[in-house]
Amino acid sequence: MEFDALLLSRIQFAFTIAFHIIFPSFTIGLASYLAVLEGLWLLTRNETFKTLYLFWVKIFALSFGMGVVSGVVMSYQLGTNWSVFSAIAGPVIGPLFAFEVLAAFFLEASFLGVMLFGWKKVGPGLHFASTVLVAFGTLTSAFWIISANSWMQSPSGFAGSVEEGLVAVNWLQVIFSPTFPERLAHMVLAAYLTTALVVAAASAFRLLRDASEAESAMALKMAIGMIVIVAPLQLLVGDLSGKDVLEHQPAKLAAIEAFWETRAEQPFHIAAWPDREIEGNHWELSTPKVGSLITGGSVEAEIQGLDAFAPEDRPPVFIVFWSFRLMVGLGLAMIGLGFWGAWTIWRGSTARSRPFLRTCVAMGPAGFVAVIAGWIVAEVGRQPYVIYGLLRTEDAVSPIGAGSVSASLLAFLVVYAIVFSVGALYILRLLGEGPGAGSHESPPSQDRPPGWALAAAPEDPGAARKEDH
Amino acid sequence: MALDLPLIWAGIIALAVLLYVMLDGFDLGVGILFPFARSPRDRDTMMNTIAPFWDGNETWLVLGGGGLFAAFPLAYAIIMPALYIPILLMMMALILRGVAFEFRARGRERGKALWTAAFAGGSTVAALAQGLVLGGFIQGVTLNGEAFGGGPFDWLTPYTLLVAVGLTAGYALLGSTWLIWRTEDDLHGDARRWAWIAAVASAALLVLVSLATLFVHPQVAVRWGFEDGAFDLARFAVLSPIPALGLAGLALVAWGLIKGGHVAPFLGSLTVFVSGYLGLAVGFFPSIVPYDLTFRQAASAENALGLMLVGVAILLPVILAYTVWVYWVFRGKVGADAGYH
Ligand code: HDD
Ligand code: HEM
Ligand code: HEM
Repeated sequence: MEFDALLLSRIQFAFTIAFHIIFPSFTIGLASYLAVLEGLWLLTRNETFKTLYLFWVKIFALSFGMGVVSGVVMSYQLGTNWSVFSAIAGPVIGPLFAFEVLAAFFLEASFLGVMLFGWKKVGPGLHFASTVLVAFGTLTSAFWIISANSWMQSPSGFAGSVEEGLVAVNWLQVIFSPTFPERLAHMVLAAYLTTALVVAAASAFRLLRDASEAESAMALKMAIGMIVIVAPLQLLVGDLSGKDVLEHQPAKLAAIEAFWETRAEQPFHIAAWPDREIEGNHWELSTPKVGSLITGGSVEAEIQGLDAFAPEDRPPVFIVFWSFRLMVGLGLAMIGLGFWGAWTIWRGSTARSRPFLRTCVAMGPAGFVAVIAGWIVAEVGRQPYVIYGLLRTEDAVSPIGAGSVSASLLAFLVVYAIVFSVGALYILRLLGEGPGAGSHESPPSQDRPPGWALAAAPEDPGAARKEDH
Repeated sequence: MALDLPLIWAGIIALAVLLYVMLDGFDLGVGILFPFARSPRDRDTMMNTIAPFWDGNETWLVLGGGGLFAAFPLAYAIIMPALYIPILLMMMALILRGVAFEFRARGRERGKALWTAAFAGGSTVAALAQGLVLGGFIQGVTLNGEAFGGGPFDWLTPYTLLVAVGLTAGYALLGSTWLIWRTEDDLHGDARRWAWIAAVASAALLVLVSLATLFVHPQVAVRWGFEDGAFDLARFAVLSPIPALGLAGLALVAWGLIKGGHVAPFLGSLTVFVSGYLGLAVGFFPSIVPYDLTFRQAASAENALGLMLVGVAILLPVILAYTVWVYWVFRGKVGADAGYH
């Protein structure tokens, strides 16, 4: 393997987008959660909701900031590293990116300021409206970016060729490409699940220390409610996505299931060691015939294997196969967690059931892992194409040298490592303090807006005033 | 009558970039001035003046880049690889300063010091990198057919270094005059001092950059009336309102500083930026990749431009309206303890 600009750009793109997606998967869900909390507070005047809002909004501010800066990088990287792709795809999906900026990014960024700093500046109604607009902005952003990505996965509504240039002939078909609805639903549900798991873990962590903390008990119940509904839905939507993959990207499906041979009565591989070199699996643990049933709807269905594609048109199999199993495995675990939680609520033992609380803490990061695994399935599975069936990744790269890309990749590794570890530290520190910390603040600081610099001070009141150099 | 879509889109992108430079310019400028603040308290105040706005300001950069991709994909595909290193440098710097807003508030002693430095350093490096991008763009890009055909360090010349320093001084001017407007007491006094220094430096560098630009490419000199050693006054006269606007802006800054005005210096420095922007733009217009590719050649498909224009016609007025509203909500002087009541 040669470390040329192509390979380095792929590594850099995969690394930076995987870093970016961590934050949207959390902020999309958290923004909606905050809107619900604030709405419930305005409606019921129950202080618990306000305390929870003021607590989670601080975490939101930290994550959102990291999401924004890593996102700005993405919008330039398409040009710096994938200029050929940009020149070809621009006339078709450029407008989708433009609409994302116009309809979503400005909305989020502008009303975020009011949401964080406007607590005392605008009335409760306008403040609530700002929170709702931020939440709406994050969902709008997901809509347009998944639309662009889905078009790359299943291009439709265009004419022309890669050599002559592509143009859109039907915008509705460009925006709503065949796999888009399922993929948007899958991503939004993934974001809600990810957030619910984090909220559940943070609340469970507090309850393990103090089972009487009312805010944490409330938040945990809300999170369980979300998980028990959304996790099974995610399984259904994921299954629909799988049907799309079978129809539009049969090579990806074959990789997901490690099918090498085209046949009816495909077995279902629970585990396997697929290897492109030997064009088969070193070993496999399978149940006969179930593969055709799951993917094709009947045991008789003939499903294409990788042998139906020339070796240079096959995606990497091992990583796709295992990422898929990781995602689905975690998805099933989430379903289990949801039902377990619902059962504890029914028994009235949620805040005291230590095994359940510990499991919640352990499952806290599961959403992030599943999201990244899912994207690896989707993106690695469509290789060697970047625009499926039209443009190969190797033909999409910019005319730049390996030297520049190695330098930028190294810089990203260092900068993101610092930003990620410090960001995670600050978030975990806040989570450890729990929602109660904010409400014990001395009266003057209660006037302070939640995202304001000194609002962080309660645990160590001296810190904010200390010399900073 | 059919609309001239490429021209309209060139105007929209130009407007987005101008708004970016003016808006993020002042908040980057505040970061550039960070090291000169006399106390951590003053630094808190400085940051508080821009905290609600910086994300919205930076979004104009995303519109500039995303808009270029959408409306002029060919230009985007040439310029980004050509300026690979300064653009990625700018990104790293923007990351570090962007997260500093929240991180600095959450850090304890060491963390706070680290993110104070990251904010100052990131803002300064981002400004310098933007100057390199600007300079590299104006001095022209080597093409190979319809792709970038130059080397990785083409952008690194004495001219681009000069532009980088000039833009950084200009941002410091925007930042200091913004602080004059939004702060009180000692910090306000310091900001006035910084504004004087930045104004003098910006004026000198603006003159230097303007002169240097005349030598960057023959086309630029011709535009301004210099051709074959002769000077065509009539041609210069047509463009003379642009430098005149710049002088008026500088005069407004100076007048505001002398008279103790609070808003005038900021308005003056915005005017200087408009003038500088126009002055540079007339040199390379209608190229979108100087000097071989015009905005018409780089334009996206007509139907894409048309569709997006509908979006812009509806959404841009809304965006401008709520942006103004947000600035209105956070109007007035800002203190360190007072925060936002
Ligand atoms: C499913 C969701 C999703 C996906 C797949 C992506 N993003 Fe993203 N992005 C978001 C969801 C999001 C978000 C929820 O809107 C932000 C706002 C803050 C955050 O944490 O994520 C965000 C922020 C964000 C920003 C900053 C916006 C601002 O200034 O407020 C930019 C420029 C991008 N993204 C660009 C991209 C690009 C070019 C992507 C792909 C190549 C991409 N994002 C993938
Ligand atoms: C946000 C979640 C996403 C993740 C985690 C992700 C992940 C990845 C990964 C791992 C690859 C590398 C595949 C390989 O080279 O074998 C890749 C490729 C690619 N993806 Fe995505 N992707 C995401 C979203 C997007 C979106 C929204 C777009 C554009 C609209 C996009 C555009 C691309 C392009 C252009 C490539 C080709 C470059 C390459 O092969 O590395 N991706 N992505
Ligand atoms: C429970 C069973 C699940 C099934 C059957 C399933 C199925 C799938 C399939 C087939 C894809 C590939 C779609 C494509 O390539 O176009 C996919 C992608 C993805 N999955 Fe899942 N999934 C499941 C659970 C989850 C969970 C729990 C999460 C996260 C919390 C998740 C997050 C994602 C993401 C982010 C993608 C990439 C975006 C996309 O292509 O839609 N999935 N999933």
